[in-house]
Amino acid sequence: MAEQVTPSSLAGIAGSQPRKSPGTIPLGTGLEARNVHAWFGKNHVLSDISLDFASGTVTALIGPSGCGKSTFIRTLNRMHEFIPTAAMAGEVLLDGKDVYAPGTDVTKIRLKIGMVFQKPNPFPSMSIGENVLAGLKLAQLKQSNKDDLLEECLVRAGLWNEVKDRLDAHGGSLSGGQQQRLCIARSLAVRPQVLLMDEPCSALDPGSTLRIEETIRELSETMTIVIVTHNMQQAARISDYTSFFLADGGPGVMVEVGPTSEIFSRPKDQRTENYVTGRFG
Amino acid sequence: MAITERQASSPIPTPREITTQPRRSDQFFRSIVFLGGLSSLVILSAIALFLGIRGFEIITREGLKFITGYEWYSSINADGLSGDQPSVYGIGAMLIGTIITALIAVVIGVPIAVATALFLNFYAPNFLKGFLVSVVDLMAAFPSILFGLWGLNVLMPSAEYWAKLLHKYFSFVPLFEVSAPVFTRSPFVAGVVLAIMIIPIVTSVAREVFSQTPLDRIQAAYALGATKWSMIRAVVLPFGSSGVVGGAMLGLGRAMGETVAVFTVLNIVFQANFQILLGAGGNVASLIILKFGEASAEEIKALMAAGLILFILTLVVNMIADLIVNRSGRQGR
Amino acid sequence: MTITTPKPTKPWRATPKAMVPNFIAGLSVILGTWFLIEFTGLAGKLGAFLAASALAIVTLSLAAGIQRGGQAAKNVAVGTFVAIGAITAMFPVVSILGTVFVRGIRGIYVGFFTNDMSLASVNDPLDKGGILHAIIGTLLLILFAMLISVPLGILTALYLTEIKGPGSRLIRFLVQAMSGVPSIVAGLFIYSAFISGTGRGFSGFMGSLALSILMLPTVARTAEEVLLLIPADLREAGLALGATQWRTVAMVVVPAAKSGLITAVILGVARIAGETAPLLFTTGGGDAVNGNPFDGVMGSIPFAIWKALIAGSEESNARAWASIFILLVIVLALFFSARRLGKRRV
Repeated sequence: MAEQVTPSSLAGIAGSQPRKSPGTIPLGTGLEARNVHAWFGKNHVLSDISLDFASGTVTALIGPSGCGKSTFIRTLNRMHEFIPTAAMAGEVLLDGKDVYAPGTDVTKIRLKIGMVFQKPNPFPSMSIGENVLAGLKLAQLKQSNKDDLLEECLVRAGLWNEVKDRLDAHGGSLSGGQQQRLCIARSLAVRPQVLLMDEPCSALDPGSTLRIEETIRELSETMTIVIVTHNMQQAARISDYTSFFLADGGPGVMVEVGPTSEIFSRPKDQRTENYVTGRFG
Repeated sequence: MAITERQASSPIPTPREITTQPRRSDQFFRSIVFLGGLSSLVILSAIALFLGIRGFEIITREGLKFITGYEWYSSINADGLSGDQPSVYGIGAMLIGTIITALIAVVIGVPIAVATALFLNFYAPNFLKGFLVSVVDLMAAFPSILFGLWGLNVLMPSAEYWAKLLHKYFSFVPLFEVSAPVFTRSPFVAGVVLAIMIIPIVTSVAREVFSQTPLDRIQAAYALGATKWSMIRAVVLPFGSSGVVGGAMLGLGRAMGETVAVFTVLNIVFQANFQILLGAGGNVASLIILKFGEASAEEIKALMAAGLILFILTLVVNMIADLIVNRSGRQGR
Repeated sequence: MTITTPKPTKPWRATPKAMVPNFIAGLSVILGTWFLIEFTGLAGKLGAFLAASALAIVTLSLAAGIQRGGQAAKNVAVGTFVAIGAITAMFPVVSILGTVFVRGIRGIYVGFFTNDMSLASVNDPLDKGGILHAIIGTLLLILFAMLISVPLGILTALYLTEIKGPGSRLIRFLVQAMSGVPSIVAGLFIYSAFISGTGRGFSGFMGSLALSILMLPTVARTAEEVLLLIPADLREAGLALGATQWRTVAMVVVPAAKSGLITAVILGVARIAGETAPLLFTTGGGDAVNGNPFDGVMGSIPFAIWKALIAGSEESNARAWASIFILLVIVLALFFSARRLGKRRV
């Protein structure tokens, strides 16, 4: 990070956000990781992560590069298993049911747990409108009023006003930030309960980043959001809870989790304090 | 608080079984794609199988003489009339011809192709580069009958002139002797046509491996005061040499299997001719074309056997070449 | 204080003075070539080229050597040699294109496209007969070869890039090896498997079968390269939306690679459009228009050229050049359309 961050300033940002108590909106019982481990081949990359994501909250995962944050969120919607050598242990519960249980339909899991990637990746062969509704086509969902859904998703992603006159334009004609919001809109169209975001702003300029952060705050009213970020100010600005991951030679572990304001103002663990005060990482 | 924290003190568990039960549509999709993916395996085995079955009788009857024998005589002609001598089938002379013409092609074609590749990658100015690459690629798309027609009508006179010149000044080399002053339609001419035909593939393989030379090594060589040539010799050639060898072998394989162009320019004669400037020779592929039209059922079987030998020969050469090229591509070195 | 802006210069460019030795070298190449042609056994355009090449290498490297020493001389010698090699490689292309154009255009007239050879012999003058049957035959042969090899080739590419199943490396290797199968072997194989001893005769479809063996590896390899260029992100985005793999491939990956896949097909067609050897064993090479690929002998442009070529008369030779002109136009059209499409990759 370029600018000097003091813990008090981060705590200030974190404290200034309106916080809601979890569970005020009935959205299912949320997502729960229990004793999750992950391997690539023989390489044990993630050890014993247990973390609950309550409905309607934003949880930020922070930590230095290579600590397993991205691997962790990819275990949550079973994208982890695309790497041929990947293995995992533990359970991931969605509404109390293990997503790794034998006989589970993986595609249904991914419908309920959407994902936004690091780099914006609109489908190149489709227009803006087609991109938003791509999920319906891909997952063969029935939708009676597509125009309404299209507008709703773009409004929620904060993109409607910018693109409403050119829905037939190519997705690639948008700016990087707009493309990322288009990808968010695309994820919303299949109405997921949970949205995983893997450093969604790392390829964007500060202005676009702020727009996306606003979008995330608005979305958290109606869904559970898990966001991996390297930007601690971002974590402080948008999240209700923050979890600090660290890999110190061995597999990545979760050092600490708590309400965001606490993590940034009075962390329990010395390592967390070192990280959020910028002493390392 | 909804979020609970558990201490990472438990022993490391064993990875759990991830059971991905794809949907029926995906299982169907995967099996279709798998079947399609098998097509190359199926076709290659079917080629070996069918040519083997049809040629089996002749190969077992002639034994090793099928490969080493120089004589090709069918006592039963297409009309079913039987001659007085027993049939003999040997493709030795044609095999030698195949190898000689292909080697001439490699000896002439590969240096030109490597020079072209070096020029395109390291010397050519940008405006010329794109154009020349197109021209070389275009050459690869020319049909082989075009090379045959051109070789016969246009190349033959100048190739004959060069052959005479070679003979005049180098006839002390046994290769350039001729027992009769017939210089047209010689293995040399066929080799020149084949050389032109393999230039595109060898050039593109060489260009590919040269372009994979790590840029930092090239710049390191320049930073040490290397000229362009000493850089190429110190960095590019060691890096790309095995790829060039592989490319040359790919060219060899192509040249050995070429049919129409060789048949058109070569005077097919059943003898092992090592005098490359003399107008007599052959290769296995042109033998098959020559004899196919008026062959009896038995001779057809012999031609199938010859086809099988040609298939195995080119397949082996190609596989070795691919192995070399792939290895040179993958090695970081 | 006045600030003077210096004029931008390129000090690494050669100055006119430094060009003088090269100019002298060039002049001596021209003079020397003339001398060698006039007074030695070298003759003809190729002789002049050889003499000029040798002299250019010697004089240019001498000029560099005198100015900058041995290393520079070697450098220039190799540079010149390499350039000459490239020029040599261009010779046949120029000669082939020129000859086909000059000799081919003479035999082209309207009737050439509207007549077949059923009432004419290859030795008749060019105003009798044409290649209508061959054009129709070639189109049908290509069409049916495409119907077989495009699905198989693209499925093979999908297996290598999307499924990455067991044996991917073996299959990639076999596809490479298959692209080196001599075309005559493909023809012989179809003959031995489907014609010989079965009572079936020659037909266009048999020719298409043989051609599809040659086309498949081209399609598969090019399609694989194209599919590998599609970023993994897109596949993951599709899957993360809850799509099955099948729908992700069909609706995201393949549409994204569309123009590249079309290029693969065009390159495959260009590969087989002029193939002659396999057709000699499979199609029979008819002289009349035959619209049914499953029954009866079928002509094709390469086969028509072949017939004219082996007849050996002056008329038949002119006929061969005219036919190959048409064939070359088709191949060039395919080649350049593949190029244009190939540049527009995603």
